[in-house]
Amino acid sequence: MSRPRFTLDGVPVEFDEGQTLIEAARAAHTYIPFLCAHPDFPAHGSCRVCTVLVNGRPMAACTTRAAAGLTVESQTPSLHADRQALVQMLLVEGNHFCPGCEKSGGCTLQTLGTDLGVTSAGFAHESPQRPVDASHPDLLLDFNRCILCELCVRASADVDHKHVFALSGRGLHKHLIVNAESGRLADTGMSVDDVAARVCPVGVILKKRVGFSTPIGQRPHDVAPPRTQVEGKEEP
Amino acid sequence: MTGKVKLATTSLAGCFGCHMSFLDLDERILPLLERVTFDRSPLTDVKHASACDVGLIEGGVCNEDNLHVLKEFRDQCRLLVSVGACAINGGLPAQRNQFDVSELLHTVYMAEPGLGRRALPDDVELPRLFDKVRPVHEFVRVDYFLPGCPPPADAFWAFLTALLDGREPTLPRGALRYD
Ligand code: SF4
Ligand code: SF4
Repeated sequence: MSRPRFTLDGVPVEFDEGQTLIEAARAAHTYIPFLCAHPDFPAHGSCRVCTVLVNGRPMAACTTRAAAGLTVESQTPSLHADRQALVQMLLVEGNHFCPGCEKSGGCTLQTLGTDLGVTSAGFAHESPQRPVDASHPDLLLDFNRCILCELCVRASADVDHKHVFALSGRGLHKHLIVNAESGRLADTGMSVDDVAARVCPVGVILKKRVGFSTPIGQRPHDVAPPRTQVEGKEEP
Repeated sequence: MTGKVKLATTSLAGCFGCHMSFLDLDERILPLLERVTFDRSPLTDVKHASACDVGLIEGGVCNEDNLHVLKEFRDQCRLLVSVGACAINGGLPAQRNQFDVSELLHTVYMAEPGLGRRALPDDVELPRLFDKVRPVHEFVRVDYFLPGCPPPADAFWAFLTALLDGREPTLPRGALRYD
């Protein structure tokens, strides 16, 4: 029996029952731009970068189940502009100075921005004041770059069973906090080997003493950016 | 854009690294010069721009003088291009945005050893610092952005040749970067 299908930008995509649009597209080596989606964790649906038109309605591809006969559009000029604006708003909401960021060259936000052709944050910068937490012997927390994807929160709670992180506050005041009386990472059970220590898609949770050790040109996204990882093609 | 175009460049709170990267065009400067004349630029040592087609501006706005230069430059340039991380988001100088300016000045000039005379610099010729270092587009309209720290020479080349040929500029893979 043939598998059910939907169309993505006019191309038929087969899927397994229960798969989301982004999972089915990924399995078919088709890239839908994404930021907070992570293949090892249930969808969070917070960044909205993967928004597609499903039978004409905007829906997040990471939280929408694939269904037979759906017409899904991803590569439209208006969705492209929306995705650019989402990246720009994330850039001005924090403090993103890529030249001095250890995550540069392996950062999902940065690579998404350059892939979408975002050349500037466009809006006025919020320039929030967020001190870093360097208390832990092996890990550094730079809150200036958090995109509130909750991956570390879920990894620490569900995989490491330590509950080190949480998101606190609402709207503009939402921010990442550390689960310790002092608020410092050193006073938690966090270890450098935790899944939460390597799940951050941007440059918040960083291993100490390894920053900038990989030369430009050989960093993870220099070699295989997310688009290439999905499409499974070699870099030209 | 056809014929020989007038190009101006200047730097605000930047390190001139973007200008150095521009010079990395190396021998491609020669064919460029057949289509472009330089107006105000550290390369010509012309101090004030006259009416120009394109202005490349490096560095963010950290003091009164930067803002003065920026406004004068904007007025003279038909197309203004923010070049490099500092012009686009404040860059390295904006790392001071985490701190209070007067606290910073006191720490550097009064508390830390090594500067001899322990006094805040107060010469009337010194431009006053703004409380935050801000990108160019927060003060004036910017027509194009050339990101990178610095943008690679290939980015300058792709951008300028596109403008000169009358095409909408796009940056090739690898030339659009934030670091
Ligand atoms: S987290 Fe990513 S986008 Fe932010 S400064 Fe670091 S590399 Fe740049
Ligand atoms: S620290 Fe990283 S993983 Fe955690 S919420 Fe912020 S961006 Fe997501």
